[in-house]
Amino acid sequence: MIEIKNITKTYNTGDIAFQALKGISFSVEDGEFVAIMGPSGSGKSTLMHILGALDSPTSGKYFLDGKDVSKLSDDELADIRRDKIGFVFQSFNLLPRTTVIRNVSLPLVYKGIEDGERISRAQKALKASGLEEDHFLHLSNQLSGGQIQRVAIARALVNNPTIILADEPTGNLDTKTGDIVLGTFQKLNEELGRTIILITHESDVAEHAKRIITIRDGLLLSDSKDHKRRIAHHDHLDRK
Amino acid sequence: MKIIDILEETYSALSANKVRTFLTMLGIVIGIASVIAMMAIGTGAKDSISSSIESIGANLVMVMPGAQRSFGGPSAGRGGALSLTIEDADAIGSQVSNIVNVVREVTSRKQVVATGTNTNTSIIGTEASYMAVRNLNIDEGSFLSDQNIASGAKVAVLGPTTRDDLFGAGATGVVGQKIRIAGSEYNIIGITTAKGGSGFSNSDDAVYIPYTTAQRYLSGNRYLSEIDVEAESSDASAQVQSDITALLLSRHNITDPTKADFNTLNQADIIATASSVAGTFTSLLAAVAGISLLVGGIGIMNMMLTTVTERTREIGLRKAIGAKKKDINMQFLIEAVIPTFTGGVIGVILGWLISFSVAYLGILQSQVSISSVLLAFGVSAIIGIIFGYYPAQRAAGLNPIEALRYE
Repeated sequence: MIEIKNITKTYNTGDIAFQALKGISFSVEDGEFVAIMGPSGSGKSTLMHILGALDSPTSGKYFLDGKDVSKLSDDELADIRRDKIGFVFQSFNLLPRTTVIRNVSLPLVYKGIEDGERISRAQKALKASGLEEDHFLHLSNQLSGGQIQRVAIARALVNNPTIILADEPTGNLDTKTGDIVLGTFQKLNEELGRTIILITHESDVAEHAKRIITIRDGLLLSDSKDHKRRIAHHDHLDRK
Repeated sequence: MKIIDILEETYSALSANKVRTFLTMLGIVIGIASVIAMMAIGTGAKDSISSSIESIGANLVMVMPGAQRSFGGPSAGRGGALSLTIEDADAIGSQVSNIVNVVREVTSRKQVVATGTNTNTSIIGTEASYMAVRNLNIDEGSFLSDQNIASGAKVAVLGPTTRDDLFGAGATGVVGQKIRIAGSEYNIIGITTAKGGSGFSNSDDAVYIPYTTAQRYLSGNRYLSEIDVEAESSDASAQVQSDITALLLSRHNITDPTKADFNTLNQADIIATASSVAGTFTSLLAAVAGISLLVGGIGIMNMMLTTVTERTREIGLRKAIGAKKKDINMQFLIEAVIPTFTGGVIGVILGWLISFSVAYLGILQSQVSISSVLLAFGVSAIIGIIFGYYPAQRAAGLNPIEALRYE
């Protein structure tokens, strides 16, 4: 689980100090599906970087599975990312000219896991994310946008992380493909009990989550489960 | 991250940009190959200079007259003085230790006449041991005997070039015929084996006669034009040289060594001087080749910096999924070292082929030494590390957030 307490983040660019986060606190239980929503400049990207252990807060505490990760060195943060976090990016970030299976097993390479186990775990993750098996040995640049994002989701799943952090995962996709990707997240949350944090600026996308945290100007604006939840069609995934 | 995974990453990264990898490697290949070839040619040249000087005769100390000292008048030039006598040679033979042979010489240049032909050549008046001291061999007939010297016989041994000039190329049956030098008739008793030029004089183009005969009929005085002393070993030659100098100074009643009326030349010194000239030459060649190797190294660095910039987002992603600084650092360092090392191996083979063909085609002597091969391997690996270090550090130091956003 995640617990953040009074997190602030200040950027110093030259003489001007800019406070992106002004004290935010909330917690996320295991198995939740949370959307963090806010317009650009609200501080949601900064929050995502801190939640993803890519950056440390200026002040405040961040407990991940009970461990304080707010004051760790670069290498210790790398270990946290490797073991507890799975990233899904807006721009996919797959290695070009590299097979799907190799892309998905890359986090396991840094964990020092044997080649054979890497492949079987990567295949399992790819099946869970809903990519057809005949694409597993294709090169990453031979796939469509929706397929690429599923590979990226599989890569986020492969190390069995505590949370999956998805940063605008539908931002580069058309509505239909985006819907399928959101359906994939819902399925992973419902069926596999994965904790998912979705960062977005679109309320349509955020409403696919069970809980929506809204931030504005570096402060928490609302945190509710009152919305009418959207369910993605994800017909593509249900076809078994 | 395991080494096998790093190698797999390196292979896929290098093969993704085959042309760039090839061109970068080419810089190292040319650099290493030229270092190997230049050093091989330099070493070969040094050896061939040394052996050429050694062919004059082993462990030789040459004593020659100095300039004629006169008061006010023109100098006769070095070697022109009449200062060395048979007694000097005898004294050297009896009083200097660690010597094997002392050879007296009375040399001049004269016109030599055979039936219908003539040539101008060196007439070397000498004695039997000349052959041993100067590494000379007899092809036909015999060399001057001690008896010839004692009796002052009018006999001559011809060098093969002189024989060709007087009797036609490769003429046979020359032994027993006669030649005329300065109006006297000499019996030809032998022909020496062709030896080739030795750097200072050509022993093939000469006529050898007893020095006693040369003194009586050619120079008309009792002086010698050179005394050759063979030392027991090359180590002894310096001692022999200084003993001869001391002995002759006292025999000639000269107290100031700078006013000596003779010169001594130690063959070991000549070899040392020539070797050091060849060594300087080798260093110069190696330095030029080293510069091309440096340029190759800069090529590696350039490639790696471009690669790091191009793959900034990839580096960001790798860090986001858990790569540590050292993982990124190692990956990019290996990516620089592998092509440099491979280029080094190809360069060693190419350099060896170049020096082999240069020697095989007879252009120059060359000799590839194991040390230069090891040096080349070491240098290429070190170049990979040095020129790959900075780009790898730069990659490892990237901030993952900024790297992921990089466009």
